[in-house]
Amino acid sequence: MYEQIASNKFRTVIIMVLFTLMVLLLGYIFGKATNFGPWGFFLAIVIASGSVFTSYFFSDKIVLSMNNAREADPKVYPHVVNSVEGLSIAAGLPVPKIYIMDDPAPNAFATGRDPKHSVVCVTTGLLEKLNRQEVEGVLAHEMSHIKNYDILIQSISVVLVAVIALLSDWMLRRVRWSRMGGRGNGEGGAAGALFLIIAILLALLVPLIAQLMRFALSRKREFLADASGALLTRYPEGLASALEKITDDTHALRTANKATAHMFIVNPFLDLRGTINDMFNTHPPTAERIRILRSM
Amino acid sequence: MALATALIGALLVLLAIAVMYIVFGYNRLVVVRNRCDNAWSQIDVQLKKRTDMIPNLVETVKGYAAHEKGVFEEVAKARSGLMNANGVAEISKADGSLTKALKSLFAVAENYPQLKADAQFRLLQEQIEGMESKIAYARQFYNDNIMDYSNTTQAFPGNIIAGMFNFKQKEYYQVAEADREPVKVKF
Repeated sequence: MYEQIASNKFRTVIIMVLFTLMVLLLGYIFGKATNFGPWGFFLAIVIASGSVFTSYFFSDKIVLSMNNAREADPKVYPHVVNSVEGLSIAAGLPVPKIYIMDDPAPNAFATGRDPKHSVVCVTTGLLEKLNRQEVEGVLAHEMSHIKNYDILIQSISVVLVAVIALLSDWMLRRVRWSRMGGRGNGEGGAAGALFLIIAILLALLVPLIAQLMRFALSRKREFLADASGALLTRYPEGLASALEKITDDTHALRTANKATAHMFIVNPFLDLRGTINDMFNTHPPTAERIRILRSM
Repeated sequence: MALATALIGALLVLLAIAVMYIVFGYNRLVVVRNRCDNAWSQIDVQLKKRTDMIPNLVETVKGYAAHEKGVFEEVAKARSGLMNANGVAEISKADGSLTKALKSLFAVAENYPQLKADAQFRLLQEQIEGMESKIAYARQFYNDNIMDYSNTTQAFPGNIIAGMFNFKQKEYYQVAEADREPVKVKF
């Protein structure tokens, strides 16, 4: 358990560092190849950060209104409330707000910019189909996301991907325009041309690489949340059998869409097998997660 | 001359590093120790909540099973034992006794279907079972912090600083052998 946690945290750092380096490299090369200089880079950061920051800051309110969730009444859902309170004690966190979503598909998510403004949400389908230990395993996984500041990390990685996308887009546009206007107006000579070629190649490849990195990061954080959750309950089998039941259930979650998919405990769009699909998945393959939990 | 100044300079730098190191080490020990104290008070809070619920529970059960004197005595004894206990070892032993006494009480209640149907009893049973779960989590949190504290005070070089400022070892919250069985929660 502890090894899992340590290795996933380490991999997260590696990925974030690579990500940041990539962004800086891109910014530098684009600056050289065009006349934007560093200003294009900063502008991209401002635009990307602005929208992501807003959604991150208000994540608790935004997500709830999107998914028709209501606050859990302790009289109606005493087991869920007790479980969350118990897990908060074990994790040393303030108790998050607890919401219930009406949906027959079993699933759960957590959001909120920090532990003090956090929210945990489960579907009625989850409560009906899982027993108490399985529900507790799922809740522990979600609360681990809160404890590990995964929402913050996800927001940062989305900003980085957006910055890269914006820079690449502008870069390619500049190239097109300068082509149309006759001679290029970047630096003349062989060095300028070389930078231009590198920049175009990067502009095409790097957004793809960035997305793949973002998904890889998301998967590592999911593994980390599994391990942290197991550490909270000291009972990995709870989450393992919950994951089995959830993936056996064939309903697709009614209200999920691409934007919120990454937050749910299991990808609400039914798994498609295949390595390419796995690389673009925000969640690791469930069979893998179950195997790791059962080996703890 | 230059050599002497260079040596003195180097020594001062080393001294500065050593001092900073001690300061950071000390502060870390303080933080970890305070987390232990906080975790302990969590256990205290949960134990008190459970202790407060017990008179109500006993009265409700007495309403239907007044002659089961043995089990009421066991509960009363264990409860006062917990209220008078001091220190980690005593409290954990007393907590174990009380948990066992409550288990006996609920086992006895199984024989009285009218009692089991009583709404007040069911509410108290649910609450106390919820408390047991929270107490277990509080114990776990406390022990996790004790482990962190032990690691910090025993590993090098934390152990030097711990020795310098007299940070004592702390006890884990042990569960007595006889009470190892978890309180089963019915689904």
